[in-house]
Amino acid sequence: MTATTSTSAAPATPAPLVDATRDDASLRRFLLGLPGVDQVGVEQRAAGLGTRSIKKDAKRWAIDTAISMVDLTTLEGADTHGKVRALAAKAVRPDPERQDTPRVAAVCVYPDMVATAVEALKGSGVHVASVATGFPAGRTSREIKLADTKIAVDAGAHEVDMVIDRGAFLEGRYMDVFEEIQAIKAACGDAHLKVILETGELATYDNVRRASWLALLAGGDFIKTSTGKVSPAATLPVTHIMLQAVHDWHVQTGELRGVKPAGGIRTTKDAIKYLVAVHEVAGEQWLVPDLFRFGASSLLNDLLLQRRTQVDGHYSGPDYVTVD
Amino acid sequence: MPVFEYAPAPESRAIANLKDHYKPFVDGEFVDGSGEPLKTINPATEEVLAEVGTASKSDVDTAVKAARKAYNGAWSKMPGTERAKYLFRIARLIQERSRELAVLESLDNGKPIKESRDSDIPTAAAHFFYHAGWADKLEYAGYGANPRPLGVAGQIIPWNFPLLMLAWKIAPALATGNTVVLKPAETTPLTALVFAEICQQAELPPGVVNILPGAGDIGASIVEHAGIDKIAFTGSTEVGKAIQRQVAGTPKKLTLELGGKAANIVFEDAPLDQAIEGIVNGIFFNQGHVCCAGSRLLVQESIAEEVLEKLRYRVSTLRVGDPLDKNTDVGAINSAEQLAKIRGLVESGDAEGAQRWTSPCPVPERGFFFAPTVFANVHQSMRIAREEIFGPVLSVLTFRTPDEAVAKANNTPYGLSAGIWTEKGSRILWMANQLRAGVVWANTFNRFDPAAPFGGYQESGFGREGGRTGLEAYLSV
Repeated sequence: MTATTSTSAAPATPAPLVDATRDDASLRRFLLGLPGVDQVGVEQRAAGLGTRSIKKDAKRWAIDTAISMVDLTTLEGADTHGKVRALAAKAVRPDPERQDTPRVAAVCVYPDMVATAVEALKGSGVHVASVATGFPAGRTSREIKLADTKIAVDAGAHEVDMVIDRGAFLEGRYMDVFEEIQAIKAACGDAHLKVILETGELATYDNVRRASWLALLAGGDFIKTSTGKVSPAATLPVTHIMLQAVHDWHVQTGELRGVKPAGGIRTTKDAIKYLVAVHEVAGEQWLVPDLFRFGASSLLNDLLLQRRTQVDGHYSGPDYVTVD
Repeated sequence: MPVFEYAPAPESRAIANLKDHYKPFVDGEFVDGSGEPLKTINPATEEVLAEVGTASKSDVDTAVKAARKAYNGAWSKMPGTERAKYLFRIARLIQERSRELAVLESLDNGKPIKESRDSDIPTAAAHFFYHAGWADKLEYAGYGANPRPLGVAGQIIPWNFPLLMLAWKIAPALATGNTVVLKPAETTPLTALVFAEICQQAELPPGVVNILPGAGDIGASIVEHAGIDKIAFTGSTEVGKAIQRQVAGTPKKLTLELGGKAANIVFEDAPLDQAIEGIVNGIFFNQGHVCCAGSRLLVQESIAEEVLEKLRYRVSTLRVGDPLDKNTDVGAINSAEQLAKIRGLVESGDAEGAQRWTSPCPVPERGFFFAPTVFANVHQSMRIAREEIFGPVLSVLTFRTPDEAVAKANNTPYGLSAGIWTEKGSRILWMANQLRAGVVWANTFNRFDPAAPFGGYQESGFGREGGRTGLEAYLSV
């Protein structure tokens, strides 16, 4: 890292863990030394917590909390400025007929759309997030990833979502992945960095845990499951492991880092299962948009419909929410 | 700071179809027992649930005679395929009435509805299905050409899994052609009497199943009755020893499934978060009222602090309260007597210098509740490391090497179960061979299946229930 970027450099690795990242070998030892994950056990826990019965006031609270945690996303090749503006409008007023509906956390777009989103969301408090670093495959050079990040940040993005180099990770080149995350974090400046692990491509729960710690060590503000372009995307057991990682990170360092499951969460029922996991695995203090997000484009409408059902006492149907 | 307060999600108690009076079931009919009626209470509220007629010594005699008549009449001579039909029918009826049974079980026993609904009742049905499948295959099961039933089985079951223990006892007995006289526990007789209704619904021939509620004296009458050919008992070691003395010198066959003080052994290379889940499940499942509960945690010293820290956090998230609430993790202690016993042992832990930690969770004021408790710095010489507490109390000990783990795990008069947590497969196999326990779980705990034999070593009893081995206990081979 050069002296010129050091002012906005990633925060130093917290003292208790500084040895873990000293060199290639120690990083490797640290990651491979993390406790293993038993597949049967974690899936059982996830299924068990998934049966929590959330109703009445707790459900209303959960729906509003979930809405406030949504990163409303459009990531299509066919995105237009009009589409982004429409999405921004929905982010600010998710349910125009119910003004007490909370706004969402952020709008997530490609870097070239950041300026439009920033303009449309000015003064609303809704953040603009941008997927940089050669999203979704990330198969491009470090220079281009950094440039991509710079484009998003310069255009005013508050949050950057980067994808890790899964190829390097699976090859065991952990230090390369670590340094890349650090470099992007430095390029983010004041913007928050969400590190997408693309857990569907990491294949094992052990890898999910290692990648989570790698991202946390490198300074990621959030760890995020997926781009949404690879199946499987977010799953409850994977999210459990990531929530456990930020919990353990907090215990060891005192720092609070966030988790974002993305892709495949479509229903209120599912979203509530994730909130229960946040509550019981990571802990109560993670139940805020600063520390937990949903990356979902279709979830919001179901949340809005269920919200109306709770408030009005009857179901209104998909024509009563906007399609943007 | 936001708080995610789960609104109460209680299951409707109306589903239990609770009646004011329940009666003993003899020879296919509900009869007025001549014993003193007992009142069964809801341990979560201390309210009386129902009055239950009990048997007297003469009722035991009537029931045994009815069972003998049914045995000699139709049941023992019936082709296995026909007996299987009754068992399948009973299994399906348990499934059909599963919600009713689950709610009733939680009311009477105090266990969380999620456990009675997802574990007890489905597993009880599974036992009938499994044993129904054996009924017509006994000649091919490797016992020889013509395995014969024993006759009338006297069965005495405990209060911790009332319907499930009934299923463990009745299903293999009927599958093999025996008839039964069963005594449910004094504090939890209700699901057994609904099971009697199910026997009627299934049109089981009269006398094949007889159910006699009552206290220990009725159990003793069953044990000493000359018309009984086999005794199957699940309960305390103390009573088990008394039964063994009573049966000694008679031709009666005996199986005993008694207490336990299982070691749950966690190595430094274990999948730690799942081990924590397994520890929690091992001791806090069913409020720790589990004879094979992992009540002694043996942790490798190198990770003891970390495990304790994680464990305390996890245990503090357990929700203690109304058993009928779907979000309750830990329900009520079954009786005031049991609660007093738990308190006594916990006090001994304090007195002997163990370091007590109790979950800060809210605990209801009424009813018999005990907050999940973890003792650290426990040593083999302490009472809480040696005696079965049968409550939500975990004793944590440490070890340094695999040999020491084996030595400490085996250093108990009991031997019902054990757990091993390590990612090293060879160590799992090596440990499993060293441990004197009827069941050894690896990287999991409290898993049950009708096909897996269950039973103990030493003071945990003898004989096996479940699987092909379990059938043998009801056959003359």
